[in-house]
Amino acid sequence: MDQILGNISLLFEFPVVNLKIIIDGVMIGALFALAAYGLALVWGVMNVKNLAQGDFVIAGGYVAWYFTRQGVPPLFGVPLAFVVMWVIGWVVYKLVISRVIERDLFTSLLATFGLAIMMAQIMNLMFGSDTQSIQLKYDTLYFFDGFVDVPIAKLIGVTLASSLAVGVILFMKKSRMGQAIRATAQDARAARILGIDTEKVYAFTFSLNAAICGAAGAIIVMVWVIQPFYGISYSIRAFVIVTAAGLGNLPGVIAAGLGIGAAEQYGAHIFGIGYQQAIAVLLLLIVLLYRLIQQRRVRQSLN
Amino acid sequence: MKKTLSLLGCVAGASLLLSQAALAQDCDTITLGSAISLTGKYATNGVHAKNGYEFAIQKIKDNGGVKVGDKCYNFEVIYYDDESKGDRGATLAERLVNQDKVQYMLGPYSSGLTKAIAPVTEKYKIPMVEAEGASRSLFNKGYKYLFAVLSTSEQYLASAVTLAAEKAQEAGKETSSVKVAVAVENDPFSLDIRAGVLDDAAKYNMEIVIDEKLPRDLSDMSAILTKVKLLKPDLLIISGHSKGAATAVRQIGEQKISTPMIAITHCEAADVTGNFGASANDFLCSTQWAETLTYEDPIFGTAANYEKEFKAAFPEYAEKKVPYQTAQASAAVYVFKDSFERAGTLDKEAVRDAISATDLQTFYGAIKFSEAGNNIAKPMVLRQIQNGEYNVVAPSAFASHPLNYPRTPQ
Repeated sequence: MDQILGNISLLFEFPVVNLKIIIDGVMIGALFALAAYGLALVWGVMNVKNLAQGDFVIAGGYVAWYFTRQGVPPLFGVPLAFVVMWVIGWVVYKLVISRVIERDLFTSLLATFGLAIMMAQIMNLMFGSDTQSIQLKYDTLYFFDGFVDVPIAKLIGVTLASSLAVGVILFMKKSRMGQAIRATAQDARAARILGIDTEKVYAFTFSLNAAICGAAGAIIVMVWVIQPFYGISYSIRAFVIVTAAGLGNLPGVIAAGLGIGAAEQYGAHIFGIGYQQAIAVLLLLIVLLYRLIQQRRVRQSLN
Repeated sequence: MKKTLSLLGCVAGASLLLSQAALAQDCDTITLGSAISLTGKYATNGVHAKNGYEFAIQKIKDNGGVKVGDKCYNFEVIYYDDESKGDRGATLAERLVNQDKVQYMLGPYSSGLTKAIAPVTEKYKIPMVEAEGASRSLFNKGYKYLFAVLSTSEQYLASAVTLAAEKAQEAGKETSSVKVAVAVENDPFSLDIRAGVLDDAAKYNMEIVIDEKLPRDLSDMSAILTKVKLLKPDLLIISGHSKGAATAVRQIGEQKISTPMIAITHCEAADVTGNFGASANDFLCSTQWAETLTYEDPIFGTAANYEKEFKAAFPEYAEKKVPYQTAQASAAVYVFKDSFERAGTLDKEAVRDAISATDLQTFYGAIKFSEAGNNIAKPMVLRQIQNGEYNVVAPSAFASHPLNYPRTPQ
C-alpha cells in the first residue's frame, strides 16, 4: 500500500512522468488497435471469434525476424510479414475456418483455440523458445531532461501502424471488395442474393485479418520482444478492445486501443508492472458490467 | 552386383561392430535414466543439458571408464522427452524406474521439472544427481536421494549486493546509504533470487526503493525504468529469464538509465551482446560457471579445455559460448563416476552414501553436498560485459578483470 501511494505521489511530484506514460501507452496501444481491428473485421463479417488472433501477431513477428536474419533490411519485414501472413491466413481459412463458419459459436471458438495452441507449438519447434527481437540502428530522441524518451524505431513503428490502418480504412470505404465485405457484414444472405460471392469475401476477410496481424507483429518485433507463447496476451487485449468499442466502430477501436495502452502503463506505474495485464482484464470486466446495465435499461434489437 | 555390395556393407558393418565390441570388451554398462525437455518451452536448455551428459559420458569412456572394484563400466543413458511438462516428467520417471529398471537418475532441466520428479526418485530410493534445478525449495523438503551440483538460486545475484557494499565503502560511504531496486519475475526461481538479494541487502542495512514482480509475458518494462529514473537507486537487480534480460538491456539503453550498477540473469540465453551490442556494456551477469575460471580436474582438464573439447565434439556450438547448463550437466555425470568408484559397488544405497560424501574438484568448480543435497562448495560468478566480452569480476579470488564502476550508460 505504501508503495502504491508512493507511486501515485511520484506522478504529482514529477508531472512530466505522466506525459511519458501516456506516450508509451499510446505507442503500444496503436499496435493493440491494429490487432483488434482485424479481430473486429472477422468477428463482424464472419461471426467468428478468432482466439488465434495473438498467434497471428507473433507469427508475423517471426516472419519479419526470419527475413531480417537472412539479410533483408528490417523495415521490409513489415510488408513481407503482411504478404506471408496473408497466404497463411488464406490456407488457415480454407483448412479450418471455412468448415466452422456456419456452425455455432462454440465450434468456431474451439477450432480457433486449437489453432492458437498449434501455432504456438509450431513456432516453438521452428524458432525455439528464446525471446527474439530486431534491433534497429536508430537513435532515441530525448525531451524534458531525458525524462521522455522516444526511440525513433518506435516512432517508425507507430507511423507504419497508422498508415496501415489508414490504408485499410480507405480500402474498406472505396474499393469494390471493401463494399462487398461491408455488405456481407450487414446481411450475408442478402449479399448473396445480390450476387456477392460471400465465400470469397470470407476468405479475403480472414486473410486480410491475418495480414494486418502479421504486420503488427513485424512492428512489435522491432520495438519489443516476441516469444512463441506471447500470442495469448495480444489475443486478450484484442478481445477487450473490440468488446469495449463494439463491432464496426472503427474510431472506437482505435480510441479503445490507445486508451488501453495508456491505462496499462498507468496501472503498471501505480500497482507494479506485474499488474499491467490485469488492468486490461479489469477494464473488460467494467465494460461488460456497464454494457449489462445499459442493456437492462434499453431494450435493443440486434441488427 | 547390388547383392555383393550389400553383402560387403554387412561385412563392413559387422567388423565395425566387432572392433567396437573388442574395444569396450572389458567394460560393462551402467544405465542411468533421465527425463529431459527435448521439446516444449525448455527445449533449448534441455538439449544443452543432454549434450553435456553425452559429452561427459564419452569423455569418461575415453579415459578408461568407471572402475568399480576391479571391473570397468561405461555409462549409458535412457532419455525420455518430458515435453517441458511436470506431470509428464513424473510419469516418465516412474516408467524409467518401473519398466526400464533404472537404478540411478540424472536430473531434468529446470527447477519445476526437478520438483516434479524428485518425489518419484525419493519414493523408489533412486539416487538422482541433477544439474539444472537451482530453486532452494528443492532443498528444504528433506529429500535424501537428490543432489545438485549447481549453486542454489538465492545466490545468483546476492554477490552483486556485496559488490555494491564494497564500492560504497571504497567511496567512504556507509553501506546503509546504498539504495537497491529489485524487479524479478513472479516464479519460484526468480523469487529465490529476490530473497537472496533482500537477505544480503538487509545485512548491510540497505534501503529497497523498488521491489516489483515482472509478469510472465513481459515485453515492456518502461514503467519500472521510469521509476528507477526518479528514485535513482545505486544497484538495480533484474531477473526474468531471457525475456527479462532482453527487455531490460534494450529499454535501459533507450531510456538512458544511469544506475551505476545493474545486475541481471540470463545474459547468454538472451544473447544480449549479439542482439543489443553496446547497450549491453557494463551489465553484470550472474553465471554458474565461466570457461575463464581456473578450475580443473583430471578428466576434463581446465574449464577452458572443456570448452574447447566440447566445441570439437559438438560443432553446432562453434559460434557461441558453451552454456553453463552444459558444463554443469557434465559435472553431474562426473559426480556419478567418482561416487561409483568410491563406493566400489553398484548397490544403490552405498552409491547414495558415496554421492553424499562427495568432495570433488572439477572443471566446473568444487562439489561438496550439504545435508540437504545442494552444492555448498562452489560460489556463483559475476561477469561484467566489457566491450562485448564477458569478463569475470567477482568473486575477487577468481576475477580476471577489474569492475567498471560506475557503469557508463551508452
